[in-house]
Amino acid sequence: MKNISFLVAGVGGQGTLLASDILAEVGMEAGYDVKKSDVLGLAVRGGSVLSHVRWGEKVASPVVRKGDMDYLLAFEPLEAMRGVEFLHPKSIVLCNTKAMPPITVSGGSEVYPTHEQVIRVLQSAAATVHFVDASAEAERLGNLKVANVVMLGAFSTLLDVPRKTWEGVVLSRIPQKYVALNQNAFHTGCTVVKRSQLS
Amino acid sequence: MNKVLLSGNEAIARGAYEAGVQIATGYPGTPSSEILATIAKKYKDEIYAEWSTNEKVAMDVAAGAAYSGRRTMVTAKQVGMNVLSDALLYTVYTGIEAGLVVITADDPGMFSSQNEQDNRWYAKLAKIPLLEPADSQEAKDFVVLGIGLSEEFDTPVLIRTTMRVSHSKSIVLEGERPSVPQEVGPFVRNQEKYVCTAMWAKKRHPVVEQRLVNLARYAEDAPFNHVEWAEHSLGIIASGVTYMYAREVFPQASFLKLGMTFPLPEELIRSFADGVEKLIVIEELDPFLEEQIRAMGINVIGKEIFPPYDELLPDTLTQLGLESGLIDEAKGMTHSVTVPTELPARTPVLCAGCPHRSTYYWLNKMKMPVAGDIGCYNLGCLPPFNAQHTMGCMGASVGVLHGMSIAGVPEHAVATIGDSTFFHSGMPALLNMVHNQSRGVVIIMDNGSTAMTGHQDNPGTDWTLQGKDAPHVEFEPLVRAMGVEKVLTVNAFDIGEVESGLNECLAYDGPSVLITEGLCAQLDRTPKPSYMVNPDKCIACGACLKLGCPAIVKADKVDEKTGNPKAEIDPGLCVGCDICRQVCPVEAIQISKDRETQGDR
Repeated sequence: MKNISFLVAGVGGQGTLLASDILAEVGMEAGYDVKKSDVLGLAVRGGSVLSHVRWGEKVASPVVRKGDMDYLLAFEPLEAMRGVEFLHPKSIVLCNTKAMPPITVSGGSEVYPTHEQVIRVLQSAAATVHFVDASAEAERLGNLKVANVVMLGAFSTLLDVPRKTWEGVVLSRIPQKYVALNQNAFHTGCTVVKRSQLS
Repeated sequence: MNKVLLSGNEAIARGAYEAGVQIATGYPGTPSSEILATIAKKYKDEIYAEWSTNEKVAMDVAAGAAYSGRRTMVTAKQVGMNVLSDALLYTVYTGIEAGLVVITADDPGMFSSQNEQDNRWYAKLAKIPLLEPADSQEAKDFVVLGIGLSEEFDTPVLIRTTMRVSHSKSIVLEGERPSVPQEVGPFVRNQEKYVCTAMWAKKRHPVVEQRLVNLARYAEDAPFNHVEWAEHSLGIIASGVTYMYAREVFPQASFLKLGMTFPLPEELIRSFADGVEKLIVIEELDPFLEEQIRAMGINVIGKEIFPPYDELLPDTLTQLGLESGLIDEAKGMTHSVTVPTELPARTPVLCAGCPHRSTYYWLNKMKMPVAGDIGCYNLGCLPPFNAQHTMGCMGASVGVLHGMSIAGVPEHAVATIGDSTFFHSGMPALLNMVHNQSRGVVIIMDNGSTAMTGHQDNPGTDWTLQGKDAPHVEFEPLVRAMGVEKVLTVNAFDIGEVESGLNECLAYDGPSVLITEGLCAQLDRTPKPSYMVNPDKCIACGACLKLGCPAIVKADKVDEKTGNPKAEIDPGLCVGCDICRQVCPVEAIQISKDRETQGDR
């Protein structure tokens, strides 16, 4: 059983932690030993959120070394860029295109990277980069909050775990009245990667 | 057995359940807060849990419960142990009637603490057993074993996690809860044991010392410690999550994995040392193990390679391993891509709609010295406010303000302290100001909960962790009863009220209290109209931007006269608190007709 390491990156309030919890649980359901570590800081107050998730036969450290991450699941482009040092030349990246400028940018003291810069930096670090406009898909579905489930749906197509396992874990964490919405979001996610592959 | 994915803190809560713990107390603090939250959520019927007013109170409550025959657990973050320690040290002398474990959640790397202290020393200071789990399974198991150890040796037991153990998740096999008594008998009258008056406590001290000798003997075969033999050229002694990191970075090495790190198993360590050519200790923060092992006369290397600060993550261990020749170059780091240096920082800010914003807006404008405290409002030290000039520990602000005042600082100074922090340890300091009569304004920023650590209850809320109703303690009568004569309460969302309240208190020659009331933005779920900037009226003066609100941004449009960017409000982030409208000099900020804020955040 091969070890697989994932970096999940986002901004406080985006559902990054829920997504990394789901990813860890999917690994457990698929028969792996699993560990994950979150760095929150003051995340709830709009800071960066970073999770390491590991699947393997026997996982020791919950924290992954730089250059050892096989996948980067990023909910925000700037946060994706911060994660590149963890990647290796065969890594795969899935990145939400919706930018959330930090207050240093909105206040005018710093500049947010251009989309071209984002693409260049991510491509220089990984083998494959997929962009998904998950926030737009979520808005189409009528609730911005399901962007993370759209991302998970998209991400599930990059891994060799049955879709049923994914859906089981995702839906077990959703209150009954939102199940249909989240099911839709997951399905939407499953279809968007093919349309959005960049390289 | 049920297999579940739990964080270390959730696993500790599960451990309490499986250990037959019936009472759990604590004061919130990262990274420990989720333990009691989990107990209250999952095991409410079996375990009574409470947020006590501070850690010392929590420990006294725990002592009383354990004396009464209930298995008990206390939780604190690393600096919370400093507050708790006074009470811990007498329980060491008294012992208990039922198991008592104390959890300290340390913070190497300082993710949310004011220092990086290593609380393992508390075990040595107090002369009690110390357990260090390395993952969630051990976190759960060690609580069960810790309760057993506590009862077998009649002592409180310290369990120390770190942020990476408390907040990391791993797989746990769940066990059953033992049967525990529903009722307890009459309280034990054993004065010579439980009254720590000098004449009796003096007789207890040799008991404590003998207990330590017995514990050291126990440690030799304890289930917590084990040796993993591999190559004999390098032997590593490690504990906690650092063992997990080291296991990965040094896969060829032999390991002595210590789960019980005080008292140490001297014979086990000696035989491990004899079996390896080179012996190193890898431990985060202080040379706690290293110094003890050296004192046994065993030659060991530790801090000369691995520094006594910050985490020792696998990356750091790899780097240090390469530099010290413990790892071959070939197996070193693989990454080559570095993060672009020009990326904008994402610093935490006061939320849109935060009730603390108005106070820091004025403190910044008025330029007076501010003694700060622990809570979200510590963000007042950052731009655009820069309005907090000291911050040390829970409740420090009021005492520091008094010190500034009696030192003769020529400016009128203020202290800012949150509701829960005031109850925690601000109250004795305010009484001190009243008794010793100094001048200064104490601003109690009452946002209706212990917000920073996850909105826990405190005496100012009308509910408890158990979900029961509680009397809501009012600040104004409370501080008046404490002898403060000048007390004002203002609406934190009314800029004018905050300003005049502040001015009135500043003019008062003596201790005064200004209470700024406003519900935490994360708790206020009332839908309100959101605001917008009328670009035709905006003169790009930047007044609203000085509020540091994440919803107010610089627009692309510029003012024709000055060339400065106009302001804009992000309707998705605005919660309609109205503060920006009040600071705008030209009434350019108005209610947006087409949009209400979502009340369901």
